[in-house]
Amino acid sequence: MAEFKELPADAPIAQKAVTWFHNRFPTAFEAYRVHMSEYYAPKNMNFWYFFGVLAMLVLVLQIVTGIFLVMHYKPDAALAFASVEYIMRDVPWGWLVRYMHSTGASAFFVVVYLHMFRGLLYGSYRKPRELVWIFGCAIFLCMMAEGFFGYLLPWGQMSYWGAQVIINLFAAIPFVGPDLALLIRGDYVVGDATLNRFFAFHVIAVPLVLLGLVVAHLLALHDVGSNNPDGIEIKANRDPKTGIPLDGIAFHPYYTVHDIMGVSVFLMIFTAIVFFAPEMGGYFLEFNNFIPADPLQTPAHIAPVWYFTPFYSMLRATTDPMVNVLCVVVALAALLAAWKGALPGRAKLAILVGAAVAIVLLKTFDAKFWGVVVMGAAVIILFFLPWLDRSPARSIRYRPDWHKAVYGVFVVFFLILGWLGIEPPSDLKTLLAQIGTVYYFGFFLLMPWWSRQGTFKPVPDRVVFRPH
Amino acid sequence: MSNDAIDPARRTWIGIACGAGAIGTVATAVPFISTFSPSERAKAAGAAVEVDIGTLKPGEMTTVEWRGKPVWIVRRTPEQLASLPKIDPQLADPKSLRKPGELTPEYARNEHRSIKPEFLVAVGICSHLGCSPSAKLQAGAQPSLPDDWQGGFFCPCHGSTFDLAGRVFKNKPAPDNLEVPPHMYLSDSKLLIGEDKKA
Repeated sequence: MAEFKELPADAPIAQKAVTWFHNRFPTAFEAYRVHMSEYYAPKNMNFWYFFGVLAMLVLVLQIVTGIFLVMHYKPDAALAFASVEYIMRDVPWGWLVRYMHSTGASAFFVVVYLHMFRGLLYGSYRKPRELVWIFGCAIFLCMMAEGFFGYLLPWGQMSYWGAQVIINLFAAIPFVGPDLALLIRGDYVVGDATLNRFFAFHVIAVPLVLLGLVVAHLLALHDVGSNNPDGIEIKANRDPKTGIPLDGIAFHPYYTVHDIMGVSVFLMIFTAIVFFAPEMGGYFLEFNNFIPADPLQTPAHIAPVWYFTPFYSMLRATTDPMVNVLCVVVALAALLAAWKGALPGRAKLAILVGAAVAIVLLKTFDAKFWGVVVMGAAVIILFFLPWLDRSPARSIRYRPDWHKAVYGVFVVFFLILGWLGIEPPSDLKTLLAQIGTVYYFGFFLLMPWWSRQGTFKPVPDRVVFRPH
Repeated sequence: MSNDAIDPARRTWIGIACGAGAIGTVATAVPFISTFSPSERAKAAGAAVEVDIGTLKPGEMTTVEWRGKPVWIVRRTPEQLASLPKIDPQLADPKSLRKPGELTPEYARNEHRSIKPEFLVAVGICSHLGCSPSAKLQAGAQPSLPDDWQGGFFCPCHGSTFDLAGRVFKNKPAPDNLEVPPHMYLSDSKLLIGEDKKA
C-alpha cells in the first residue's frame, strides 16, 4: 500500500481533495499514470492508428444508444415491429437514437475492418503481441454475434429470414445439428422464444463479454506496447537516464489530442450518414426489413447486412463442385508435403493418412455442412495469423514489393466477396466467389511459405519520423 | 511459501474439492441450459390443420400455416404432371430415396410425391437453410432459372431449384427434396395436414 500522505493544514483545498482521494484510491492514480500520462506510444503512428480509438468511441455510442432504445422497445414477436416504428415516429427524437444505433453497427464494422487491416499491414500481431491480436479476434466474433442477435430484434422480414438461415447453419452440423438448432430457437420455428433470448444475448450477455475482452485487449496492449508503421520495437532504444523509449511519446497529452482530431472527422462523417443517409441505399438498413416478419414468405431477394457478406459468399461458394476442388487441393497439398517437406517418414505417412481421411469426410457429409465449416474457418483462421506470418520484417514497408500486390489482391477479393454476398447468385458469380474463397484461404494457409520469400529491405533501428 | 512443506494430503483434498466444485457447476448448468429447449407450450402447439381445396383450380397454389411453417398445396395440370418423369435425370433424388422416413411418407413415395397425383402437398421450407422458396409455376426461361424450366420452385436465398413435385435439382445447395408433411383426405375437397391414417 502506498504511504498515507498528510498535507499541512494550510495547503490549498484542491490539493487536499486530490490527496484525500489518493490516500483512499491510489489504484485510479496509478492507472492514469500507466495508461495515460506515462504510456509511451511510438511517435510515428499514422492515419491507420485512428481506428482503435474510433472503435472504442462507437462501442460507447452503441451502449448509450442501446440503453435508450431498450427503454421503448418490446421484445415480443407480436409487438416488436410496432415498437420499433413507435420509436421511429412517436418517441421524441427516438428516430435519432435508433438511426445512431443502426448506423453505429455498420460504423463499428467499418472501423474494425480497417483496424484489423492496419494490424495486417504492419504485423501488429507478431510476437509479443499475439494475445492482443487474439483478444481482438474474439472481440470481432462477439461483434458478429451482437450484429446477428441485434438484427432479429426489429422483427422485419430480413430479421426473420436472416435468423432462420443462420440458425439453420447450425442444423447442418452432422448428428447434433438439428437438436442444436432447436436449442437455439427454443421452438420448432423462429418465434417469440427466439426473439426473447436473442434480446437477452444482445443487450446483456454478449456486451458483458465484449467489454471484458476490450479491457483485456487494452491491458495486454499496454503491457507489450503499441506497434508502429515501421514494425520495430521502440523499447529497444531507451533514454539511458529515464528509461523512456527514445521514439515514444506520452499517450496523454500527445495522442489524446491527436485522437480528438480523428474523432471529430469521424463524427462529421457519422452524423452526415445518420442525418442524410441512415439507410445507406439499403446497405445499412435493408428495405425488406421495413416489412413485418412473415413466416410464410421469404422475400424475393435476401442477403445479410454488408458486414457479413464476405463470409456469407464463402458459404454460398461451397457447392458440390467446390467440395471436389477442395478434395483435389487437400490431395495435392499432402502429396507435396510428402514429396518436398523435410519431415520424418512417419510424419509424412500421417499427413497422407490425414489427407485421405479428410477427403473421405469431405465426400461423406453434405456440401451444406462444409459451407458452414468454410465460413467458420474464414473467421477462425484469423486467430492463427501470428503463427502463420513468418516474414523477417513485421511491417509491409520493409517487405518485398510483390508482397504488397499479394495484400492488394487479398483486399480486392475480400471486397468482391462482400459485393457477391449482396447479389443474387448466378453461375458466373458463384465461380467468382469460389476463386475468391480459394484465394482467401490460400493467402493465410500458404503464408508460412510466401511470407518468407523475396528480398527484404533493411529495417532501420529507429522509427522513420519527420517532425511537422 | 517454501516447496519442501508440500503436504500431499492437502493436495488430495484440494483436488477433491475442485472436482466436487466442477461437478456442482455442471449440475447447476444443466437446468440453465435446459431453459433453452422448447417450452411445454411450444411443444403443445402444432395441431393438424384442415384445408378446403375444393376451390383450387388446376395450376393454382395455396399456402397454409402448419406448425409455423408454410405448407403448399399445388393442383398440378395434366401437362405439368406429364413433365415430371422427363426431368428425372436432372434431379438429385428423383425417387425420394434419401431420408424417406423424414421427408416422404410411404404414400407419397411415387413419381408425383403425393396421394392424389394432381395435388402436391409439401412444406415450403428449403432443405438448405430454411428459406421459403418462391413459386415459379410458369414454364419457360426466366431470370435465375434454366431455359428449359418446366415450372417449380426457386429458393431466393441460395438459388436452389425444385420441380413441381418438390424434388431438388442436382448441384444445388439444397441436399434434399422438400418435405411432404403427414396428410390425409377427409373428403374430396377437405384435406387434413399434420395427421395421416397411421397416426
